[in-house]
Amino acid sequence: MQYLSITADLNNFLEKLHHVFIEKDRYLQMLTGLLNTFKITAGALVIGVIIGVVIAAIRTSYDKNRESMALRKGVTYYVLTVLNAICKIYLTIIRGTPVVVQLMICYFVIFATAREGVPVAIFAFGINSGAYVAEIFRAGIMSIDNGQFEAGRSLGFNYLQTMKNIIIPQMFKAVLPTLCNEFIALLKETSVAGYVGVMDITKAGNTIAGRVYNYFIPLFTVALVYLVLVMILTKLVGRLERRLRKSDR
Amino acid sequence: MTDNILINVKNLKKHYNGGEVKALDGIDCEIKKGEVVVIIGPSGSGKSTFLRSLNLLEIPTSGQIFFEGTDITAKKVNINTHRQKMGMVFQHFNLFPNMTVLKNMTIAPVQLLGTPKEEAKNKALELLERVGLKDRADAYPSQLSGGQKQRVAIVRALCMSPDVMLFDEPTSALDPEMVGEVLDVMKELAAEGMTMVVVTHEMGFAREVGSRVIFMDEGKILEEGTPDEIFNNPQNPRLQDFLSKVL
Repeated sequence: MQYLSITADLNNFLEKLHHVFIEKDRYLQMLTGLLNTFKITAGALVIGVIIGVVIAAIRTSYDKNRESMALRKGVTYYVLTVLNAICKIYLTIIRGTPVVVQLMICYFVIFATAREGVPVAIFAFGINSGAYVAEIFRAGIMSIDNGQFEAGRSLGFNYLQTMKNIIIPQMFKAVLPTLCNEFIALLKETSVAGYVGVMDITKAGNTIAGRVYNYFIPLFTVALVYLVLVMILTKLVGRLERRLRKSDR
Repeated sequence: MTDNILINVKNLKKHYNGGEVKALDGIDCEIKKGEVVVIIGPSGSGKSTFLRSLNLLEIPTSGQIFFEGTDITAKKVNINTHRQKMGMVFQHFNLFPNMTVLKNMTIAPVQLLGTPKEEAKNKALELLERVGLKDRADAYPSQLSGGQKQRVAIVRALCMSPDVMLFDEPTSALDPEMVGEVLDVMKELAAEGMTMVVVTHEMGFAREVGSRVIFMDEGKILEEGTPDEIFNNPQNPRLQDFLSKVL
């Protein structure tokens, strides 16, 4: 009897699963959602890293060269001072307001005429992530011994060449775990994209749930998808980390 | 003989806190080609600051530095091209930890001088062989001893074929038994006619290799002369006091 009841439960569950995902090809909606989540995360990641590198470079250049530049009073000094101030304002605003609000402002105010939600979401999450990545990179650059800068400069590299050839590769290795953390956070934050009508994986699950009057299966599926994605990401970063650690033996 | 002058320093000053602290307080100094100038003095006397000013790692408050006839303190000067001709060796080696010994040595010539990779590599291996480290070419800095690191740092600077080598306390961070191997490399370099400016606490090296010794204290050059004059017949009371403590 016990055995029978388990098979009956299982059959019941499979039936529900079929009803939720297979009937009317609702799984396609999930796939679309997954794809959009991917698009938004990947796009925002690229934008975030680019913004992050630029801002971190400006902020650390300013901090490191302030004294020597003030002595020379060149044009670069004033340009860098202004850029540094702009960066600080950006960081304050972006880190001081919720990402959902930023997303809605982007969609309903800045790009009010936009029809596609996904590009707007990529933009909004990219701008948001950039602020956090910038601070991660800045901390990474500041953690590198100043002697590395001096060694680079003494060989004849200019400031940017020293950054590119010597500091950034070391910085990247140092910040990789923290950066991975930020990517994981970003992936999960994209779940609010539904606020501006984007069909991401969360929105898809929620929509299906409403349609079939079953919240258990769609929502747990969504949770499972995020979990698997995060686990894959963690694994990949771990592998990269091990490769970069080659020089620490 | 004036065209023999490689570096000419004129009234160099480095002040902090708006003149409250005078790390360098009016230094005048000429360094000729092929000279080995050893700078000694108590800690905080400004000798490292002076050395680091020579390639503008420290920006002086005022004064001029002529390197091969060019005033490198002038605003329009591109300091990077001049630094390529001034090798520098640091107290803490400052090797790039994420690169192999070979990469440490070839990155600058390949990127800055446009030397073909193969040629840069051969030159690096040749230099490594001279300092007895050819078999460590593919090692990472963390796998080397302090003395080995410093020898690599010296040949890394030599890869750029500099006209002058600046040494900032090159043996101060080494275990005592490793000091000798680094000094030997420096002696060999001096014997080959390399112009060198060395800040050091190794009085034996100063006496043996230096063509001129400069004694600094409180940001000023108090006495300079041949090693014989400085060590056997010091005039300035501060120098006499300093030598009585270190010798």
